[in-house]
Amino acid sequence: MSKKKKWLETTYRQASERPVRFSTVSDMELEPLYTPDDVTGSYDEAIGNPGEFPFTRGVYGSMYRGRFWTMRQFAGFGLAEDTNARFHFLLGQGQDGLSTAFDMPTLMGYDADHERALGEVGREGVSVSTVYDMATLFDRIPLDRVTTSMTVNCSASILLAMYLVVAERNGIPWDNVGGTIQNDMLKEYIAQKEWICPPRPALRIVTDMIEFCARKVPRWHPVSISGYHIREAGSTAVQELAFTIADGICYVDEAIKRGIGVDEFADRLSFFWNLHNDFLEEIAKLRAARRMWARIMKDRFGAMNPKSMMLRTHAQTAGASLTAQQPMNNVVRVAIQALAGVLGGVQSLHTNSMDETLALPTEQAVMIALRTQQVIAEETGVTNTIDPFGGSYAVEALTDRMEREANDYIRRIDEMGGMVKAIETGYPQREIAEAAFHFQRQLEQGIKTVVGVNKYSVPEEIPIATLKIDAAIEERQIQRVRKVKRERNSVAVREALARVAEACRSGENLMEPICEAVRRDATVGEVSDIFRAEFGVYKDPGWI
Amino acid sequence: MADKRLRILVAKPGLDGHDRGAKIIARALRDGGFEVIYTGLHQTPEMIAEAAVQEDADAVGLSVLSGAHMTLFPEVMRLLKERGAGEIAVFGGGIIPDDDAVKLKQMGVRQIFTPGASTEDIVKWVRENVTPRT
Repeated sequence: MSKKKKWLETTYRQASERPVRFSTVSDMELEPLYTPDDVTGSYDEAIGNPGEFPFTRGVYGSMYRGRFWTMRQFAGFGLAEDTNARFHFLLGQGQDGLSTAFDMPTLMGYDADHERALGEVGREGVSVSTVYDMATLFDRIPLDRVTTSMTVNCSASILLAMYLVVAERNGIPWDNVGGTIQNDMLKEYIAQKEWICPPRPALRIVTDMIEFCARKVPRWHPVSISGYHIREAGSTAVQELAFTIADGICYVDEAIKRGIGVDEFADRLSFFWNLHNDFLEEIAKLRAARRMWARIMKDRFGAMNPKSMMLRTHAQTAGASLTAQQPMNNVVRVAIQALAGVLGGVQSLHTNSMDETLALPTEQAVMIALRTQQVIAEETGVTNTIDPFGGSYAVEALTDRMEREANDYIRRIDEMGGMVKAIETGYPQREIAEAAFHFQRQLEQGIKTVVGVNKYSVPEEIPIATLKIDAAIEERQIQRVRKVKRERNSVAVREALARVAEACRSGENLMEPICEAVRRDATVGEVSDIFRAEFGVYKDPGWI
Repeated sequence: MADKRLRILVAKPGLDGHDRGAKIIARALRDGGFEVIYTGLHQTPEMIAEAAVQEDADAVGLSVLSGAHMTLFPEVMRLLKERGAGEIAVFGGGIIPDDDAVKLKQMGVRQIFTPGASTEDIVKWVRENVTPRT
């Protein structure tokens, strides 16, 4: 009998145990104790040192002793000049990278003056319909020195083109422009649900962008393979890990099929994970993700360059974990989630603001969120030594287990014929909806606790100040877009759009024609309309 | 009257893709014994009003997390009235600040559920407040 088993049957059995389910927020049951018996695999092979394969302990040799992660708060609301002001505020507060939130019409490929944009302009992010909006958004920001992240997917090709044209007009060569565009369409069908056309043409556009960036914008990350939204939609941590890595596999497959060598583009792929409440599970997830990706890139795709095997990642604290009740408590949740991210070795981090279950954040709330990162970086001391949880029996055992369980999912997806097929049958979508429902039931049965919601609630909530978006900005933005449409050379625009349509049909890389179209003042909505006409429109199957 | 199961249309108006809540509510209402039709995402107010009439819904539950609720809720209600179906109970939920919830109720939205509301409460509310259209 192992020592652990003996301990379980004697000492532990005689001790008391609370009558609850000891499981993670994803409902993964944990053992009372992990010991050396639970950690399999040799140190060199399974764990290894930071900066070395399989990168379990971190992608860089010195991690935060070299430099901290990039503090990158996601921001966007109203008109381009409103968000530009917020950008300057954040840079002034010590933030070092920008991250842009676009409004729903922009994200879905509609101009502000489209009827589908009604009531949504500038609400959930900044409205960008033309290259002039993009220029205003990045006014007085040195695009060759600040890296920018843009969260946009189905209309990403157009927004990237606009960003590049703005850089070009500011005299900055594309070689010097660095940043990330989310552009992970697979997870849109799985979780975030922003799309224009069906999965296959969407994947073609993504692959065009990978190819284009590898050749023309070498410092740009053309896809940020995102588990964030999968988790927000209600998945478990293992599902987040599995579906995200499976999405990554699909992108790599497609780029290789295009004839691009794996080592020509793989070091430009980056990731984006969620940081949820369950502290140990999240640290283990990030460690497992790095090891899985390293092994997949090396063994499955034959990558030779270690950089192609490094999973570099942004992370964001879990929006869905925040509560509208007693919103100040969210400050605490965010701090703990962010700490898990740092202990998990992320390269870039967004901390949510406490008021985001109520509205877009106020400047005050954003500042607390940013300060949370600064406190972790400069006061807690966790950055002094690399991967301090490495070697924890519990964390190593969880890392192993999550890798194993995620690989089971990936095997199933491979058997289905890959992620696109799996999406078309609704497999990941249903798995996530099932997990979300399971969590909700556990919450309502009191198996899981959310402080301030199903336990420790107060009869009278103290209201906090929230950001209000002026309804008048919609009309101003509509007028602005219409003015551009009135004053531009419409023949030149029509010709450029026809070239985009032709590239859609011929299979030629779409990016150069799209850049030319936006140079001639074609709008986000107009280029998206070409996609709609050429590739068709995807409809939500509405699976419950 | 007990033999007619209430028909509830759960709808996602606007461009917002956050369907976690809508799907959970749809499923909970179905488990609660109602007939549930889920529209799927990205519906225009016209599409929703049309579906409510076509499907002979007794109530429409709208889920909006994009901040566009002050535009979308009244528009759905207006279009229902225009189709002579103003008696269909409209309720909803999402990221809706308290002052807006008050205004929406003044406009005739029957109930607003905000984050943290339990599915049980919602099922109970529907059972107690929605009556079959005759």
